[in-house]
Amino acid sequence: MTQIGRRFAGIAAILFTLAACGGSTGTVAQTDVGVTSNSILLGNTIALSGAAAAYGTIANASNAYFTYINNTQGGVNGRKITYKILDDVYNPANTVPLTKQLVEQDQVFAMFGGLGTQAQTSVRDYLNTKKVPQLFVATGATTFMSDFASHPYTIGWQPPYQGESRIYAKDVLANHASAKIGVLYQNDDYGQDYLKGLTDGLGANASMIVDKQSYDVTAASVASQLSTLKGKGADTLFLFATPSFTIKALVTVTALHWEPTIYLNSVSNPQVYMGIAAKAGAALKNVTSVGYLKDPTDPQWASDAGMKLYKEVIANCTTCKVEDGFNIYGVAVAWTMVDVLKKAGTNMTRKNVMDIAGNQLNETNNPFLLPGVVVKTTSSDHFPITQEQVITWAGTGWTLKGSLIDERGTIK
Amino acid sequence: MQGLTQQVISGIATGGIFASLALALVLIYNAMGLVNFAQGEMAMLATFVAFTLIDHGMSYWIAFPLTLVIAFAGGILIQRIVIRPVERAPVLTMVIVTLGLATLVNGLAGFIFGYVPRSFPSPFSVQTVDILGAFVSYRDLGVIGVSAVVLLAIYLLLQRTTVGLTLRAAAHHPEASRLLGVRVSWMLALGWGLASAVGAVSGIMAAPILLLEPNMMQTIIIYAFAAAVLGGIESPLGAVVGGVIVGVTVNLAGTYLPFVGGDLQLAVALAIIVGVLVLKPNGLFGRPSVRRV
Amino acid sequence: MLQRIRNAPPRYWLVAVVILFFVGWPTVISSFQTSEWSQAIILAIAIMGLNILVGYSGQLSLGHGAFMALGAYTSAILAHRYKMDYIVTIPIAGLLTGIVGFLFGVPALRLSPLYLALATFALAVVTPSLIKRPDELTGGVQGISLAPPDPPQFASDTFSAVTGAPMTSDQWIYYVTLAFALVLFWLAWNLVRHRAGRAMRAIRDGEVAASASGINIAGYKTLAFGISALYAGIAGSLFGLATSFVSPDTFPVSLSIQILVGAVIGGLASIPGPLVGGIFAYFLPIESNQWVPTQTWIPSQIAATVVKAGPAVSYGVVLILIMIFAPNGIVGLVTTGYTRLRRRLRGAAEREAGQMPPDPQTIS
Repeated sequence: MTQIGRRFAGIAAILFTLAACGGSTGTVAQTDVGVTSNSILLGNTIALSGAAAAYGTIANASNAYFTYINNTQGGVNGRKITYKILDDVYNPANTVPLTKQLVEQDQVFAMFGGLGTQAQTSVRDYLNTKKVPQLFVATGATTFMSDFASHPYTIGWQPPYQGESRIYAKDVLANHASAKIGVLYQNDDYGQDYLKGLTDGLGANASMIVDKQSYDVTAASVASQLSTLKGKGADTLFLFATPSFTIKALVTVTALHWEPTIYLNSVSNPQVYMGIAAKAGAALKNVTSVGYLKDPTDPQWASDAGMKLYKEVIANCTTCKVEDGFNIYGVAVAWTMVDVLKKAGTNMTRKNVMDIAGNQLNETNNPFLLPGVVVKTTSSDHFPITQEQVITWAGTGWTLKGSLIDERGTIK
Repeated sequence: MQGLTQQVISGIATGGIFASLALALVLIYNAMGLVNFAQGEMAMLATFVAFTLIDHGMSYWIAFPLTLVIAFAGGILIQRIVIRPVERAPVLTMVIVTLGLATLVNGLAGFIFGYVPRSFPSPFSVQTVDILGAFVSYRDLGVIGVSAVVLLAIYLLLQRTTVGLTLRAAAHHPEASRLLGVRVSWMLALGWGLASAVGAVSGIMAAPILLLEPNMMQTIIIYAFAAAVLGGIESPLGAVVGGVIVGVTVNLAGTYLPFVGGDLQLAVALAIIVGVLVLKPNGLFGRPSVRRV
Repeated sequence: MLQRIRNAPPRYWLVAVVILFFVGWPTVISSFQTSEWSQAIILAIAIMGLNILVGYSGQLSLGHGAFMALGAYTSAILAHRYKMDYIVTIPIAGLLTGIVGFLFGVPALRLSPLYLALATFALAVVTPSLIKRPDELTGGVQGISLAPPDPPQFASDTFSAVTGAPMTSDQWIYYVTLAFALVLFWLAWNLVRHRAGRAMRAIRDGEVAASASGINIAGYKTLAFGISALYAGIAGSLFGLATSFVSPDTFPVSLSIQILVGAVIGGLASIPGPLVGGIFAYFLPIESNQWVPTQTWIPSQIAATVVKAGPAVSYGVVLILIMIFAPNGIVGLVTTGYTRLRRRLRGAAEREAGQMPPDPQTIS
């Protein structure tokens, strides 16, 4: 087939120069596709342009860690990691062909760190059919961990959204037992997952939720929903929203002369967004969230070894901002990836790597996570991170409160 | 009852943003019978210009007028470079060009400034006033107040000055105007400059509320379309009234119509656009137009 | 028969070569590249639909992505919930979308081209939100995952006889897509050559004049809308097949813009235009993102800029430049060039010199 291909390639190139995107690269006979004696090829699709491009830095931060490993340790077991990142503009219709390209044309060993629930769902069946690992997808949608049995080549990494809101439920029950809860959530899997976790976590006390209001990403404002929640007498507000809507909501709450206890989800809690909200006029009183990563802006980690390493690593990425919370996420997940490859050792097959990632993770020393957070999977549990710690806003930064709360085993 | 008042007041506040952008749309329509699909993106870009100036230490009160001047010049420049080559082409050609412009400006802004939302200063505080038990911030009132001032300025310009008269004449009777020695093409450029400046006001007023980022105006432009169409696309007054009605309708439909809820607010705007166009194409304040052969 | 073939005008030969090329192409390129070409052809079908509307009836829709979504979801729901064979659902999806388009065409009659553009643009922006709402039916934001079809035995056998390799699912999807494309392009070609096409063009060039010559304007305009939507519906259905997945974010407003870009690049009111446009509109963002950085002759700063700016910038620039410099698109450029060349060859240049060139604007 390739012979005929070469013969016609010339004519074809003249006819359709535009389509002539590189010939097929040579395949590797030993071990699995994408691995040679001195290299490992990983692929990723993420939004580098378009509305969700703010997340794109995650992949660059991960790549900075791989560069660091390649430069300081000569790669993993003598194999240098190459990380090919393609821009899917957060549109599943792009994710599918780009993933096919990475798997079939670029011949990657595994996909790593793909972002977006819809985008990663769109290629999950394909990758599982091809038995290509879809490792540590950047979404907390429960399905990427709970459906391991039916999709054994897919695994998430970050705490599931449901687990996070179960922690909020515990905190509410412990500290605000008589709260009247109002919820503002985005009308997609992300918002609904959070809402489900909260409802399940409250259990018999679910009637504490006096009202819930949804919004669409096309909304101009969430003032209408928030006035309704206030009107229903809610004194505790849950915001399950993306950063920009969270900021708008925080400002609007202040403008409505409303002073509820506020819980906001971890996706929106990086300090940079809190700073924007404060500048835009939000009072930010009684705000609670959770964290599992070390916050690069938190002075308490100034002399921490992990934070020092992070700063050293991120210097390999010219476009990455040190204080951006997304970047420490990217480095931390890359740390787990390297850990898995190290464990795989000489047995560099897709099957073995997937087995380690899905069933045998036991990382107690990831230096970028809060002390005590374990990244762990077993043959019956495929939720890598389930511990988070409650944090409260203290005017200029987050303060850790209490100790880690573990939701392992509560989400099915 | 208090809930209803709050919904209406919040709706009027958001409606102010729609109105201010709709005013810019109306200006272009008056100048050349075209809806500028890039109006929102141009406003966004102008706001980034203001942001950059302020970020470099310029005072807000110098940056604001300076941005308007830059936006005015930019509007003229865009008309000269991009619109002029197709100004005699069918209206659909111009629509496609403005759509291309919208895509281009959005992509460029994302490329230059990134997609992380930014806070933007406002001369009006977030302190609120109490109206019939409902709260509205000075910032929201400011948007409406500024829209009213812009409306008045446009009215005076179009109705009471020679430039305004010439502008309207050039749009409605280009051939006759040309015979009278009016430089029609430059009048169109002037229209673009003015609309661009009005759009910049809209962007600068809206950015503190919407947060400044490249997609700030992407859905707002649809609400502004609804506002302009509802008010009658030729009428500046109609744009402002339309904006406020759209803002209030969207809120009330979201609150009191269960099948709309919070999710389908933009669909309400679509319904307004289609409904008005089919039932009363001239809107509330527009004059019936004669189809040219 | 032989005589007829021998006397066939050159463009028939060109069509034959093009068809042969598209039939043989997957035996030469990889399975992955074939899947990319499927996407380009699917886009071409949607563009053909838009082309019929704009080029032959003078109405502009900026919301053809919404019709594609309707077609895709119709097929996905029939195949996923009612276990129908996906291939069978494609014409159903096309017909349903066509009917909806026809009904949509009725109020559209009352709208000026400008207002229609505005309303359909709003529709394109609202589409993802509208899909999310009936989540019982559409699967909401989870979308619907579809199993890629296995190629039937006869196709697989034929294919492996030629290439020596078994046929992949992507290659089978390509041929299904190609078959639909051939039929739809042939239908479009017939449509524009016959009564309906002439009537539509007359309407586009002047409604009052067309009405005076007894053409049923309302009827033809709604018909154009219906046919146009049918094309988009089939394209959408094939789109779902090729990506094996549909979800609200699969149909953003940028899809409608991509269709418009393709129509404009290829040239409005031409039959080969959509094909050329589809190929360009599909590969332009991919290649500007992936091919440009590999080229050493392009300064690395510029290459990095192109990549970071994403497809939006290149689409915007292309739309503006083509509208200004080549309103008839690539096909228009080629045709004009060819005509000029022939005239020159025949030495007729002087004779024609005094005449006005034909009006390059074809859309109104």
